[in-house]
Amino acid sequence: MDVQRKLEILADAAKYDASCASSGTEKRDSSDGKGLGSTAPGMGICHSYAPDGRCISLLKILLTNACNYDCLYCVNRTSSNVPRARFTIDEVVKLTLDFYRRNYIEGLFLSSGIIRSADYTMEQVVGVARKLREEHHFRGYIHLKTIPEADDALINEAGRYADRLSINIEMPLEKSLAKFAPEKNVRAIRRTMGRLRLKLDEAKENVRTATRTKPPRFAPAGQSTQMIIGADATDDKTILDTSANLYGAYRLKRVYYSAFSPIPDASRALPLVSPPLIREHRLYQADWLMRFYGFDASEIVDESAGMLPLDIDPKLGWALRHRHRFPLDVATASREELLRVPGFGTRSVDRILATRRLTSIRVADLARLHIPQKKALPFIVLSDHRPSPQLLDGAGLAARFKPTTTQLGFGF
Amino acid sequence: MHHIPLDGETDFDGWRLAARALALNDVKPSDVTWSVAGDASELFAPTTAPQEPAGGTFSVSARFVKLAQLAILHRSPERFALLYRLLWRLRQNRDLLDIATDPDVSDVTAMARTVRRDEHKMHAFVRFREVGREQKSHFVAWFEPEHRIVELAAPFFARRFADMPWSILTPEACAHWDGHAVSITPGVAKSEAPTADRLEETWRRYYASIFNPARLKVKAMRAEMPRKYWRNLPETSLIKPLIEGADRIASAMIANAATEPHKSQKRLQPPMPSRTVENTDDIETLRQQADDCRACPLWKDATQTVFGEGPQSARIMLVGEQPGDQEDLAGQPFVGPAGQMLDRALKEAGIDRGKVYVTNAVKHFKFVPRGKIRLHQKPNTLEIKACRQWYERELAAIKPDLVVAMGATAAQSVFGKITPVNKSRGRLIDLDDAQALVTVHPSYLLRLPDAEAKAQEYRRFVDDLKIAAAVLRGSPRAA
Repeated sequence: MDVQRKLEILADAAKYDASCASSGTEKRDSSDGKGLGSTAPGMGICHSYAPDGRCISLLKILLTNACNYDCLYCVNRTSSNVPRARFTIDEVVKLTLDFYRRNYIEGLFLSSGIIRSADYTMEQVVGVARKLREEHHFRGYIHLKTIPEADDALINEAGRYADRLSINIEMPLEKSLAKFAPEKNVRAIRRTMGRLRLKLDEAKENVRTATRTKPPRFAPAGQSTQMIIGADATDDKTILDTSANLYGAYRLKRVYYSAFSPIPDASRALPLVSPPLIREHRLYQADWLMRFYGFDASEIVDESAGMLPLDIDPKLGWALRHRHRFPLDVATASREELLRVPGFGTRSVDRILATRRLTSIRVADLARLHIPQKKALPFIVLSDHRPSPQLLDGAGLAARFKPTTTQLGFGF
Repeated sequence: MHHIPLDGETDFDGWRLAARALALNDVKPSDVTWSVAGDASELFAPTTAPQEPAGGTFSVSARFVKLAQLAILHRSPERFALLYRLLWRLRQNRDLLDIATDPDVSDVTAMARTVRRDEHKMHAFVRFREVGREQKSHFVAWFEPEHRIVELAAPFFARRFADMPWSILTPEACAHWDGHAVSITPGVAKSEAPTADRLEETWRRYYASIFNPARLKVKAMRAEMPRKYWRNLPETSLIKPLIEGADRIASAMIANAATEPHKSQKRLQPPMPSRTVENTDDIETLRQQADDCRACPLWKDATQTVFGEGPQSARIMLVGEQPGDQEDLAGQPFVGPAGQMLDRALKEAGIDRGKVYVTNAVKHFKFVPRGKIRLHQKPNTLEIKACRQWYERELAAIKPDLVVAMGATAAQSVFGKITPVNKSRGRLIDLDDAQALVTVHPSYLLRLPDAEAKAQEYRRFVDDLKIAAAVLRGSPRAA
C-alpha cells in the first residue's frame, strides 16, 4: 500500500478527534541554524479549514487503525470493516517534515489504535516523536495521544518530546463508557490524567526553581481531553459537571466536545442521526463561561431543564433566569458583574473598565466596544440609556432573542 | 498648509520624524496633508516638515509607537493623517488610548488589528513549492497579502525555516532567506512563481480525508479562511466537490447497516478477565478489591481509591483522615504537604516511614470544586462507616502492635465511635488485639496561623510519635 493511500485511511481514522490546538506551548525556533521549525506560543496557527468548519493545524493521523478494542462509537473498533493500514515510524516522520517544510502544518498530532499492549502502542507513538526531535531536531508542535496505564518511563519520554498530551475521557459517565467501550476503564483514564498532572506540576515547579541546570521538560502545552456528545443520553448539566471535575482535578487546558457523528460501518446501537452541532456549540460556550467568565458549572444549566437551550446562548439563558440582577450600571458595576452581561466578552469588559475611568459610555459607543446592542441593551444602564422595567420583566424579553427563521442550507 | 512627502508606503521613520516636528511646531492636523513619493495623487508641491524647535521635548508611549507601526502598514490612504491626528490629540490627553470608544482610537486600533490578522493569515496560508531536489532545493511561495505586511511577516518564516533557503513572492515586495539574513526585493508577477509541488497531491488527499462530511459548517470555514485567500491554496479546489458530495456520503453512513464483522476482525480474546475475589489477608489483594469500591458515593468525583501503603510486617499502623488532592492524583497516602509534615515528624521521633503501614480512615478524596482547585471536605459519619470495612481488613492483615489514629476521623474509625482527640491523646489505649494511640492530624498543624502555636503543636505531635517509637523498641513482635 502506498503512503498516499495509508494517509487517506489513517487521516480518516483520526478525524473524530476534535482537538487541533497548536497554542500555549513554550517559545522555540530554529534560528540557531540547527533543525527545523518553531512554535507560535500565543494563539497557534490554523493552516487551513475544511468545509466542516474545523481548522487544520496539525497533521492529525493514527499510526495504525488496527485496534484490539471494540468501542461502539469508534470508526476503528475491532469489529468494523473499514480498511486497515499502518504507517512505519519513518513514513510518519517523513510526511511530517515534508508537510511542515511547505507550511501546510504546525506539527503532528499522533494517536494510535491499541495494538498488542498499552506499552507497545505507546512505545511506537513515542518512537515517532523521538525520531523527529532527536534525529531531525524538529522544533514544531507535537501532540501525542497518551495510552492509559502506559509505563511511567514511556510517559516521561512522551512528555519530554511532546508539547501536549491527551487522553480522551470519551463519555461523560462511567456507565456509558462501560456500555460503549467495554475495554476502556474510566478509572485507568483518570489515574493516568492524575499522573500527568503531577508531572506537569513538577515540571512547572522545576522551571520556577531551577537555577543553572535545565529542568526536564514535560508537555509545556499541558493536557487535554475529549468527550463525545450525543452518543449516550447524558444531559448537559452532567456533562458540564464532569468537565468542571476534570478541569479542577487535572488542570486540563481544554475539554473538547465532539458531537457524535455517523461513521462508516456504524454500529446500530448508536443514534445514527446528524450530529448535534448546535448542542456541541452551546457546550463550548458554557465551557468558556466556566473558564473565563467566573460561572460555576452548577449555575449555567437551568436545574429543571437539565439541557442548555439551543436557540439562545447559555449566558443569555442565565441572564433571563436572573433578571432581578439587572439592569446593571456599566459605569459602576464590577468586572465580575460585567462579565455576566449578555453580549459582553472578556475583551469588551477590559475596554469598558479602561474607558469608564476617563469618560462615560453611551449607546453609540457599544459598536466600538464590539458589543451587540440588541443583545446587551435590555440588561444595562448607560449614561443615555435605561431599559424600561416592563421590558426587563415582561414576557416579551425572551421572545426578543429567539431566532425568527431557521436558515436552511448554506450560502455558497 | 504642510504637504509632507514620505519615501514609501511603509515609511514609518519618515512619518515619525515629520510628525514630531509638526507637533512640536503646533501644526494642526487639519493643516497637514501626506503623500508618498511617486504617488500620482500628489496634487501639491511637497514641502518639508518645519524644523524642530531647539530644546523641544516630545515623548509618546511605547504603546502608541507599536500601534502606529502596525497601522501604517494598512492600505487605507487615510492612515498617515489619522495617525498624526491621534498623536496630536495624545499631547492633550495622555490617557487617550485607553478610551476605546474614541473614534480615532477605535479606527487606529481596528487598522492595527486588521494588519495583525493579515500577517497571521500570511503565516498560515503561505504554501511553499520546492524548486530543485534534495540538497539544492529552494522553497518558493506566491502570496497576495491584503496589506503591506511582507516585511512584518518575514521574520517568522526565517525563525521557522532557518535550515532551508526560501522566497515569498508577492506583487509588491518579495522576501528571501539565504540561511543567514532576510532580504526584501521589489514585487514580481505571479508568473515568476513555481506552479506545482510533488507533495501537493498528498496534501490534497489529506485535506479530503480529514474532512467529516457528516458535519458541514461552511460559514465557519469561510469566516476563518476568507475566499480572498483561496486562489493560492492548493487544497481549496476540493471545497466545492467535498461540499456537494457530503450529503450523499453522510446519508449513506446513516442508512447503511453495519456489516457483519470480518472473521479476522472478530475479537480473539475476551475483554479483560474479571478479577477473582478472594477473602484473604494479603494487602495486595485487598488493595485490588478496594479499587472498585462503591460503598459510598465518594468514588464518583475522585480519581482513585487511595489504599494504605507499607510492609505487611509493619508493627505500627498510622491512620489519617482521607487522601487529599496530591494523594488522589498519585494514588498513595500522605504524599502531599501533610505527608511531608508527617515524614519530618516521624524522622524526629526516630521512626522509619518505610517500616510503618500508612493508611486513611476514608480512602477516597472528598472535596468541593472551587474554580481550579479542589477544596478538601471532612468526610461524614456515613462515609467513615462505609469505609471502615477496609480499615478492619487492613488491620487484620497487618496485625500491628500499635495503631496511631491521627485526627478525629481516624479516631472515629479506629474506635468505632466518635472519639474526641484531646481527651484521648498521648496515652496508650487497649484495643482487642493491639494498642492504640491518638494524636492530631498533621494537616491540623499546617492550618495553624500562628507560628508559635504551630511550633508548639508540632513538638506535641512529635512527642506523641515518640510514644509510638518507644512501643516499637519495647515490645518486639513475636514471630
